[in-house]
Amino acid sequence: MAVLRVKFTKGQRDKLAQMLWLLNWVSVMTGIILFSLGLFVKVEFSKKEELMADRDFQPVLNLLIAVGLIACIINLLGGKICYDCVDTNKFLRWKLLILPYIICSFFFTGCMLVGALMCYSMQEELQESLAEGLRDVMRYYKDTDSPGRCFLKHTMDLLQIQFQCCGNRDHRDWFHIQWISNRYLDMSKREVVDRLHSNVEGKYLLDSVPFSCCNTNSPRPCIQYQITNNSAHFNYDYLTEDLNLWKRGCHQALVEYYTKLMHSTGSTGLLIWLFELSILTGVRYLQTAMENVLRQGDPESESDGWLLENSLVETARNNFNILKNLGKINQIDTILPAGQLTMVNGRIQQSCITVL
Amino acid sequence: MVWAKMKFPFEKRVKLAQGLWLLSWLAIVGGALNFCFGCFLKTEIRRRTEVMDNSNIHIVPNTLIVSGLAAIGINYFAGQICQDALDVGRFPRWKTFLKPYCCCAIIFTSLTLIGVILSFTMRSSLEGSLQVGLRNALRFYKDTDTPGRCFQKQTIDHLQMEFRCCGNNDYRDWFEVQWISNRYLDFSSKEVKDRIKSNVDGRYLLDGVPFSCCNPSSARPCIQYKLTNNSAHYNYEHQTEELNIFVRGCREALLSYYTALMNSIGAGVLLLFLVVLASLRYLQTSMEAVIGQENTEIETEGYLLEKNVSETIVEYLNPVMKLLLLNQVQDGLVKKSVRMSINYRQLPQVKDHFKISSCCVFLICDNEKQTA
Repeated sequence: MAVLRVKFTKGQRDKLAQMLWLLNWVSVMTGIILFSLGLFVKVEFSKKEELMADRDFQPVLNLLIAVGLIACIINLLGGKICYDCVDTNKFLRWKLLILPYIICSFFFTGCMLVGALMCYSMQEELQESLAEGLRDVMRYYKDTDSPGRCFLKHTMDLLQIQFQCCGNRDHRDWFHIQWISNRYLDMSKREVVDRLHSNVEGKYLLDSVPFSCCNTNSPRPCIQYQITNNSAHFNYDYLTEDLNLWKRGCHQALVEYYTKLMHSTGSTGLLIWLFELSILTGVRYLQTAMENVLRQGDPESESDGWLLENSLVETARNNFNILKNLGKINQIDTILPAGQLTMVNGRIQQSCITVL
Repeated sequence: MVWAKMKFPFEKRVKLAQGLWLLSWLAIVGGALNFCFGCFLKTEIRRRTEVMDNSNIHIVPNTLIVSGLAAIGINYFAGQICQDALDVGRFPRWKTFLKPYCCCAIIFTSLTLIGVILSFTMRSSLEGSLQVGLRNALRFYKDTDTPGRCFQKQTIDHLQMEFRCCGNNDYRDWFEVQWISNRYLDFSSKEVKDRIKSNVDGRYLLDGVPFSCCNPSSARPCIQYKLTNNSAHYNYEHQTEELNIFVRGCREALLSYYTALMNSIGAGVLLLFLVVLASLRYLQTSMEAVIGQENTEIETEGYLLEKNVSETIVEYLNPVMKLLLLNQVQDGLVKKSVRMSINYRQLPQVKDHFKISSCCVFLICDNEKQTA
């Protein structure tokens, strides 16, 4: 009635132990990989934190880093345990520790799965955060004299050059904000005054973009001012000119970049999770096989290994009963005489053996 | 009369062998680093090959690559020799290899030294090459429709943005070059016609620079056109404006980049190789005295050179000189010296010279005969 019972000869047990020892060491490597990947993603997010408004992505990233680190530690311990399992004498040393270890590892792999799945769920939040952040940075582009905002111009220019993008959705976003500071506007000129009067808020708006929007692949020198005015430039048609400025918006560029990063981290996490789960299954089989060998008394004999001794339903019921009775012990202590207490204890003892 | 003599008791020999074994593995790592660095330098130079006029500079990474590979091989054998050195039974196996091996090691260490020296001396050659290369690249900036030159604009733009530089010597180089193609100039406009007539070659020159010269760290939006005209822009002074465009020239930027790369690796690796070489020589000479003895734990002497420095140099240079002179001497004289050298080979003191090399014997005998 055991779940997935398998017979193990002595030779098979030894081979299983050795293979698990090797796999545990490989798993330490993958734990390190996950840790460094988490660290890399955290650094990438912190580099662009000025562009992300307010949302907190730190919990997911910290979870990834912690999971990677704990995976290393657990697998180091697992490797040691499997190394000792070949010899029944050494196994006795670990006997009491193995089952808690397996249960802890099982919950830990659950955490790993949660972390990996959370990587996929970040997209919505990321999109909103970037949209807001970019909008703010573009608004403060001109404020190079305000403390706290003086580097936003530099940030935005480098972003547009590095990611080959222009504006939030596209280059027309620059037409709706004033990106030239008043310090550099000659208020005595008529043209400037006209522009300032042309809108309600008194902003100096023009159909131009900063130099960082210029496309390096363009065959002609960059046209950044009077973009929509075909007659201002020779041999120029605004609607058909493709290569002059970067076509993509920075929002789309950033979302794509970070989504790709998070998805690859999530996939790596899932793969590592599957690997850890298979190692854990192997360790469970090894543990049950070794215990049955000890029960039979002959170290060289064949033994059975299983995942659970009884079926899933029965195991659940037994564990539930244990928990209930644990709660009742304190009450029985005061009411019943000693003999019945031992009997109660004996019954509880019995049920423990059945489960483990 | 030996040079750089040192006494080696048994324990010291053991320590020397062990230390040398460790050093030789370190030197293998050093050789591998040298090789990787040479490859990296070669790719970096190749990336910018369009702004360099000649490829003389390639000799530096090539030297580094060859010496790195050789160092790996040589130091691997040094490690093997050390492992066998303490076992007197196994050491004689290496005896015949050691002298040519030492010669090889000296040659390749001097190659590394040459590589390091070259990286310092090639600077002026690189500067000249960049000067010419960049000047041409700036001239062809506008030719985006000419096959073979259509990527020049993109190359220069990326170069200026990546290295934060503008023009060849500085941004004023752009004022002397027509960097806007005629395809985008309206020849019916008076301004264009005036500019073209204003110089002998009929080029459209203006005091403007391409957008890639713009400095993102500037506090104000980039001013690329009418740079020298203070009145064209509000609150702008050409002489004091520093952050608007990059002030450094691309030649200087590239030169300092490549010089920094080339200088950074040489000295440390070279020192390591010299130490390995010296220790190996000491080990070899101290072990030679032990071979043939019954008690392997005696104290022996180790030295770097059997004779002092000047005599050794004379010893090795003579063969070369004689080889050159012999070709000019008449046949009769040649036969005579050969005959006399064969006779002199019987002398006992000549037997020691067998260890060095067979060609040296022939010619050193000749020398001995003249002095006698």
